[in-house]
Amino acid sequence: MIEIQSPRVLPSGDAALTVEFGRSIDIEANRRVLALDHAVAAAHIAGVTETVPTYRSLLIHYDPVRIGFAALSRQILALVPPDTPKSVVIRRWRIPVAYGGAHGIDLDDVARAHDMSTTELIARHTGGDYRVAMIGFTPGFAYLSGLDPSIATPRRASPRTHTPSGTISIGGTQAGIQCLAAPSGWHLLGRTPVRTFHPQRDPAFLLEPGDAVTFEAIGPAQFDRLDSAAERGEPVAELIAP
Amino acid sequence: MSTLDIISAGIATSIQDAGRFGMQRYGLAPSGAMDRLALAAANCLVGNSAFAPAIEIGPQGAVVTVRDGPLRVAVTGALRALDIDGHGKRLGQTITLEDGERLTLGMARDGIFGYLAIQGGIAATPVFGSCSVNAYAGLGSPYPRALQNGDRLTVNVCAAWSHERTIDLPSQTTGALGVVMGPQADEFADACELFLNSQWRVSASSNRMGYRLEGPALKHLHGYNIVSDGTVDGSIQVAGNGQPIVLMKDRGTTGGYPKIATVISADLGWLAQTRFGRTIRFEALSIEDAQARACAFHDLIRSLPDRIRSVA
Repeated sequence: MIEIQSPRVLPSGDAALTVEFGRSIDIEANRRVLALDHAVAAAHIAGVTETVPTYRSLLIHYDPVRIGFAALSRQILALVPPDTPKSVVIRRWRIPVAYGGAHGIDLDDVARAHDMSTTELIARHTGGDYRVAMIGFTPGFAYLSGLDPSIATPRRASPRTHTPSGTISIGGTQAGIQCLAAPSGWHLLGRTPVRTFHPQRDPAFLLEPGDAVTFEAIGPAQFDRLDSAAERGEPVAELIAP
Repeated sequence: MSTLDIISAGIATSIQDAGRFGMQRYGLAPSGAMDRLALAAANCLVGNSAFAPAIEIGPQGAVVTVRDGPLRVAVTGALRALDIDGHGKRLGQTITLEDGERLTLGMARDGIFGYLAIQGGIAATPVFGSCSVNAYAGLGSPYPRALQNGDRLTVNVCAAWSHERTIDLPSQTTGALGVVMGPQADEFADACELFLNSQWRVSASSNRMGYRLEGPALKHLHGYNIVSDGTVDGSIQVAGNGQPIVLMKDRGTTGGYPKIATVISADLGWLAQTRFGRTIRFEALSIEDAQARACAFHDLIRSLPDRIRSVA
């Protein structure tokens, strides 16, 4: 039997606190973070303004005029599930990806680094059982757990100052779906036409932390078709049965 | 319907209000005014609600004019000259702009950000509860970007009053900026003392995303990469070179550098107004003291309408 440690509660200034379940990328810790996130939302605690789940911790923003750190910490700790909750997939998305070429300039190098063909690399990347562990850094950037460990690749020594919108990349043991153009030190395998964030679409944000994700390889011509549809506000990503 | 036309926008001039909350879990920064007290004071002077959208004026200043006026405005924040066609006007006091008159806001001589509020408020449509500009995300109203020369702001109609008004604000804080240590202070050990005992120069490469500080290198105990977790306004990340960055309103919502401490919310506007090249220092507060300061700051903003008086 594995002993479950209770999380640490740390102040993040006077208007937020961090509930820390671990210090590494750990699927179990992330599952506990997401379970607490749901419990906090359901509890409607007066003064809590918003929450940000990440790999290893839940950040809770609150209004210190309405509730103090000590009182809120007690209420939050009482909501922590006693053990790691079972993984339940609520939603699964199929995300189309155009791999390689101009859409994924690092595909060849990453395949070579792992001594495999690009076809094999694509098969292992689309074959992963991904979960959205967190969304952060830039609007709609989904950090995915579940990358096939055989294609985990250390981050680039020097980050690029610009990577395009829709970038599908891997960095270390993580996989990502990037929405807006941004700097990145990860390896660019492909591009998706899906806008995980589109301000004029309802919903503006497609993915939720905890969602399951499957990638599907598409060709460049299909990318262009779907890209126009996505720009018009269509989701392009497909909801499939969990 | 009156409009305020932007003849010259300067740099880093944009519409800001209290900010956009509830979307940080999707990676969307809150944005909002860098100096909340100055925004609230400008709005209260013209009779708007404290955090109504106003123009955040960048350090270079700006020139605006009125069509189909008159309009009443107020400018607060950074110390700068104001004039209407050569006639000097005062900061922190309402100004009536007659039709066609031109208000020139000079370069900031102290502080960085000014706030120009307009009686009746700017006609704008909130997105996710805010009109604040976040150009990177394509959000903000009426323009989802910094203001440019030639932009035109429509002003909501409202009742006027006869006398100009002025506001008494408490004198500017001096001394050390308050911080609460952590959440990752234990990644630094002895470097916490060095952080609190040092003077830090605000770097010229600071902006609405973060204020970079220069001083002695702070050593990390276990390296400078942590697994990303959430950030707040005022999070002090320490990058690989040992130099702190204080995250501000347009920050990334998560970050992978350890955070040694967090600037208290009541002192963020003061930090935002600190000129590049100046030095600052920090003082550690208990969470109880920091929250008492947050409550006092909240009370100060609520008291602003009582601090207004008419100018004969």
